[in-house]
Amino acid sequence: MASIEMRSLAKVYPNGVRAVDGIDLTIADGEFFALLGPSGCGKTTLLRTLAGLEVATEGTILIDDEDVTTQPPGDRDVAMVFQDYALFPHMTVSQNIAYPLRIKGVGRAERSERAAETAGGLSLGPLLERRPAQLSGGQQQRAALARAIAVHPRVFLFDEPLSNLDARLRLEARTFLKKLQQSLGVTTVFVTHDQAEALAMADRMAVMDSGRIRQVGTPRDVFQRPANTFVANFIGATPMNLVDAVVAAGALDFGGFTLPVPSAFDGLVHDGDKVVYGLRPEYLNVSSTAVDGAVRGAVVTVENLGVSVLVTVEAGEQSLGAVVPEAEEPALGSTVWLHPVPGRALLYRGDDGELVE
Amino acid sequence: MSGIDPVVRQTLSRIGVYVGVCVATVFFALPLLWLVLTPFSKHPSYRATLNGVSLDNFDKLFHNPQLWRSLRNSIYLAGGTAILVIVLAALASYALSRVRIPGRDQLLYALLLLSSIVTGTAAMVPIFLMLYQLNLLDKQFAVVLVLSGGLLPAAVFMLKDFVDSIPRSYEESARVFGASPSQILRHIVLPLIRPGMATVGVWALVQVWGNFLIPFILLSDEKKYPAAVVMYTFYDTGGQPNFALISTFALVYSVPVVVLYLIVNKRYGFSFQGGIKG
Repeated sequence: MASIEMRSLAKVYPNGVRAVDGIDLTIADGEFFALLGPSGCGKTTLLRTLAGLEVATEGTILIDDEDVTTQPPGDRDVAMVFQDYALFPHMTVSQNIAYPLRIKGVGRAERSERAAETAGGLSLGPLLERRPAQLSGGQQQRAALARAIAVHPRVFLFDEPLSNLDARLRLEARTFLKKLQQSLGVTTVFVTHDQAEALAMADRMAVMDSGRIRQVGTPRDVFQRPANTFVANFIGATPMNLVDAVVAAGALDFGGFTLPVPSAFDGLVHDGDKVVYGLRPEYLNVSSTAVDGAVRGAVVTVENLGVSVLVTVEAGEQSLGAVVPEAEEPALGSTVWLHPVPGRALLYRGDDGELVE
Repeated sequence: MSGIDPVVRQTLSRIGVYVGVCVATVFFALPLLWLVLTPFSKHPSYRATLNGVSLDNFDKLFHNPQLWRSLRNSIYLAGGTAILVIVLAALASYALSRVRIPGRDQLLYALLLLSSIVTGTAAMVPIFLMLYQLNLLDKQFAVVLVLSGGLLPAAVFMLKDFVDSIPRSYEESARVFGASPSQILRHIVLPLIRPGMATVGVWALVQVWGNFLIPFILLSDEKKYPAAVVMYTFYDTGGQPNFALISTFALVYSVPVVVLYLIVNKRYGFSFQGGIKG
C-alpha cells in the first residue's frame, strides 16, 4: 500500500507530441482513483508512465515517497491489468496467475498454492486448469485481476478494465471491482473514457484533456461543480446545456430571452461580461402552462431515455435540453415554458471557459 | 450450337471438365506411381509397371555403403540448416517486429529478393571463390552456412508474421511483473511462435533435403555427399541410369521427409500466417 505523487510530470514522444503535459497529482494511500478523458487525452500514457512502460521526459514520480521515475517497471512493485487482459494464451489460468511469482523466483509448489488461493477468492477455483481462450470475458477479467492480486503489489493500475465486457456484465463488474478494491485497500489508479464508470467507482477522479488535468475531485464535486466548460461537457449522461450569454442590467441576455443571474454568482459578474451559462438538463423544469419568469420555447425533438425523456426546446436563438419524467412527455412542436431549478446553474467565463469564482 | 438443349450442354461441359482434370491428374500422378512401383519391380525401367514383384532392389540398396552414409550426411546438412535457420530467424524476426527501424519493410523485401540469388545458380561462382578464399571448401558446415544464408530471409519473413500477431500487451504485462527480455522471449514469445518455427523448420529441412547443386559444387569428397548428390552417381559409365538403384533409393530418400511432414502437421498444423487461435 502506498501513496503516489506526480510532480510536473511530462511525456514527450519523439514526434514532439506532449502526451502528458505537466501533471501535478497526489493520490492517497488506499484511494480508488480514476483518470477520465476522451481518447487521445493522455490518460493511458500517464498510466503507462506510472507503470514504467513509458519513461517520463520531465518531472518525478514518487510511490510511497520513493522516487521511481527512472526505475524499470519490474522494480516498482506495481501490478497492471491491461485492456485486453494480456493473459498468456499458452498457459493455464493457474500458470497465468502464478507467472509473476515465477518471475520472482517463488517455488513451484508455493506458486500454485497461492494461485489457487487467489483464484478461489475470485470464484475462479474450478477454472484453474483451463486456458484463457476457454474462459468467458468476465472470467478472463477476473483471471487478469487474480494475476495482479497474487503478487500483493503496492499499487494496482487498470487500463480500461471494463471496456472489453458487454454492457450488462460491465455493471456487475463495476460493483465487483469497487467491492474488491475496498476489501483489498490497495491504492488503485484506473483509466476510463466512460464518465459514468468513473463517477460510479472512483473515490476521486481527474478529468484530462490534451495531456493536462482539467479538474481533480470527488465524483460529486466534478459532477455538481465542473471547473470548466470542458469538464461540464464531458461529465453527465446527457450533455450539459452550455449557452452563451451577456450580462446586461443584472440579468443574463441570451438574445431572445433573459434569465436572472444565479444568486451564487451575484457580484461576481458585471454588466457587459460575456459568460457561458451551464445547466444540466436534469435541472431544467418543463411545464406546459405559462409560469412567471420562465422561458417560452417550442419542442423540437423528444428522445426516450427509459424512465425519463430528453426534450430539446428551441427558445429564441438557443436550443436547450431538459430531462422530464416519462409521464410528462410534451408533444412534439408544442409550446412549453422552461424554468431552471434554483441553485443549480453555473456561470463560466466567456473567454477561457473557466468557472466564475 | 444455340439449338442444343441446356441440360445436354451442361452435361457436355461437365464431361469436358472431368476429362481435363483426369488428364492433369494422370500427368502429375504418373511419376509418383513410378516412384512407388518401380522399386518393387524385378525389371525396373522407365515404365511405371510391375513386371514381377521382388524386394531384391531393397536388398541391394541396403548393402550399398553409400546409402546410410549419404542419408546421414543429408540429415546433418538439413538438420543443421533447419536448426540454424530457426534460431536466427526467431531472433531476427522478434527484433524486426518490435524495433522500429526506418525502411524495415523495404530491407526485408530486398533481402527476400536477393536470397533467391544466394542459393541460385548465378551466385555459385562467387560463393565458390569466397569459400575457397576462406578455406571452407569441402566442409559440410560451410554448406550449412550457405544454405542457411539463402533460406534466412524467407524464414524471417514468415516468422515475423507470427511475432507481429502477438499483442504487445503480453510482453508489457510480463515486463511490469519484472520479467527480463530473455525471460519474455523464453516464456512468452517462443512458445507462441512455436507453430511458426515448426513450419519454418520443416520448410528449411525440405529445401535442403532436395538441394543438389550447392552440396555438389561445394563438396568434393564423395564421403560427404548427401543423398541428393549420391543419386546422381547411380549412372553407369555409359551414362545409362541404374533404374533399380535409383528408384529404390529415391523411395527410401523421400520417406523421412514425408514422415516428418506428417508428424509436424499432426502436432501443429501448417499455417503460413501467424495468429493465435482463441
